[in-house]
Amino acid sequence: MLTLSHFLILAAVLFCISIAGIFINRKNVLLLLMCIELMLLAVNINFVAFSHFLGDIHGQVFVFFILTVAAAESAIGLAILVVLFRNRDTINVEDLDSMKG
Amino acid sequence: MSIDNLSLLLPEIALLTLACATLMVDIFSNDPKHGPGYWLAQLTLLVTAVLVLVTYTGDSQYAMAGMFVSDAMSGLLKFAICIISLFALFYSREYLLRHDIIKGEYFVLGLFAVLGMLVMVSANNLLTVYLGLELLSLSLYAMVAIHRDSSSASEAAIKYFVLGAIASGMLLYGISILYGVTGSLELGAVAQVLEGQSDYPTLAIFGLVFVLIGVAFKLGAVPFHMWLPDVYQGAPTAVTLFIGSAPKLAAFAMAIRLLVDGLGPLLPDWQQMLMILAVLSMATGNLIAIAQTNIKRMLAYSTIAHIGFLLLGLVAGNAGGYAGAMFYVITYALMSMGGFAMIILLGRKGAEADQLDDFSGLAERSPWLAFLMLILMFSMAGIPPFLGFWAKWFVLREVIQAGFVWIALLAVAFAIVGAFYYLRVVKLMYFDEPREPDEPQCSTPLRTVLSVNGLSLLLLGLSPGLLMSLCMAAFSP
Repeated sequence: MLTLSHFLILAAVLFCISIAGIFINRKNVLLLLMCIELMLLAVNINFVAFSHFLGDIHGQVFVFFILTVAAAESAIGLAILVVLFRNRDTINVEDLDSMKG
Repeated sequence: MSIDNLSLLLPEIALLTLACATLMVDIFSNDPKHGPGYWLAQLTLLVTAVLVLVTYTGDSQYAMAGMFVSDAMSGLLKFAICIISLFALFYSREYLLRHDIIKGEYFVLGLFAVLGMLVMVSANNLLTVYLGLELLSLSLYAMVAIHRDSSSASEAAIKYFVLGAIASGMLLYGISILYGVTGSLELGAVAQVLEGQSDYPTLAIFGLVFVLIGVAFKLGAVPFHMWLPDVYQGAPTAVTLFIGSAPKLAAFAMAIRLLVDGLGPLLPDWQQMLMILAVLSMATGNLIAIAQTNIKRMLAYSTIAHIGFLLLGLVAGNAGGYAGAMFYVITYALMSMGGFAMIILLGRKGAEADQLDDFSGLAERSPWLAFLMLILMFSMAGIPPFLGFWAKWFVLREVIQAGFVWIALLAVAFAIVGAFYYLRVVKLMYFDEPREPDEPQCSTPLRTVLSVNGLSLLLLGLSPGLLMSLCMAAFSP
């Protein structure tokens, strides 16, 4: 029988994977965008699970908003990535170090 | 549950409508200087500010089934956001024209960012907080990247985007936990459920930590400040000015809504966490700022230090402290706007005046501009009688009254450390030789508006009572 904790643990694991992905990955900015997406999806699992077990619809409504915003966010993120690539000819995370101090 | 009290949303509705109109007008106008779009954007902000005043009642009123609240705090903050953004767009246009990167989208994005800020300020539901925040952040990411051929701007944009998205993710995770614990998204209901429990579940603290990390990221408090110096330095100065002014007011409002309105019952827990963030921010900000040679980066670290001071007001944990923090954030927005406007003014096409050396001997080149910069620097350092002094005084008074004397002493110590790098700019202007003898070129309107901006710090500083009583009224029950 699946209980609420199963879903919460799944969401927490996904969330941790996404955070680890962001901080361990030193190669590619695209992977960062994927990790961000994964992070939002982990939150969505949380919302849907709570919503189902609380018998309250608001959590599922929230998920729709998160999905919409995530789509807009990736659009802007990819656009910035294109600009970055045109200026630098690289999307390597380690090369993003022109500013220091 | 009906759509009543819609008139409370009048400022937001007008802003949205006119922002869309601005987009259309700008597309169909052929003006290479984007005059029609710009003037319509300014008119929009003015109309919104007037509507905020007209709909202001002073007591808490709810609309959209309790998702939207209009109270004394939202009234004052919304008015300040509109007026400050009005100044910011004016400075921005001067900069964009001078550097030939003017685009109509800049003003439209600015308006949508302002809409996001207004929604955040009036949010009474976790969903509204999130949507307002995202509308603001997404607009700002695009604005940072508006100079498409600048390598540093695109680097700043991607850093801002990635770290901002992580912050939103953290905030959302915290929100989802709070929703699970309390079964509600409405801030008032969340507080009610938490209030009713004598020992609230550990899960609520868990959610609180994530929400707090999200808020600290957006404010730029240490140790979640990594994005701030790079974004301030890399972004075009006009965008830095915009990011450094009104959005801080919105971030403050978000902190109040989430922590006080929603998580008020957990005050002892978040008080301790904020205390650590505040002390770390003041220490790191002030100490690292000393080592900077780029003035935009120096002001970024000074921002971090100011955010630490702002958080102190929240640490006090009572209405007086929140009012002090609000006074501080409005003062900070005025000062930082003036500082970046001066960098814009001294810059020329293709060469930004963003090094400390660019300020050497400014008093010889233009005594009036040097005097204005002196006001700004003295105010940031917290020297009486300028407004910045009263902001620090107000916050410290509340912190001491709340019984945190040692933290107030630390704050004063770091403020004195901070005075060093502000006064260094003054020393450069008045006692060093100018690198170029000619007077800085600038248009009369720019000089006039900057003078108004600078002198307002002096005049408001001479009579701080008005703004102070407005801030107090915003939090009196």
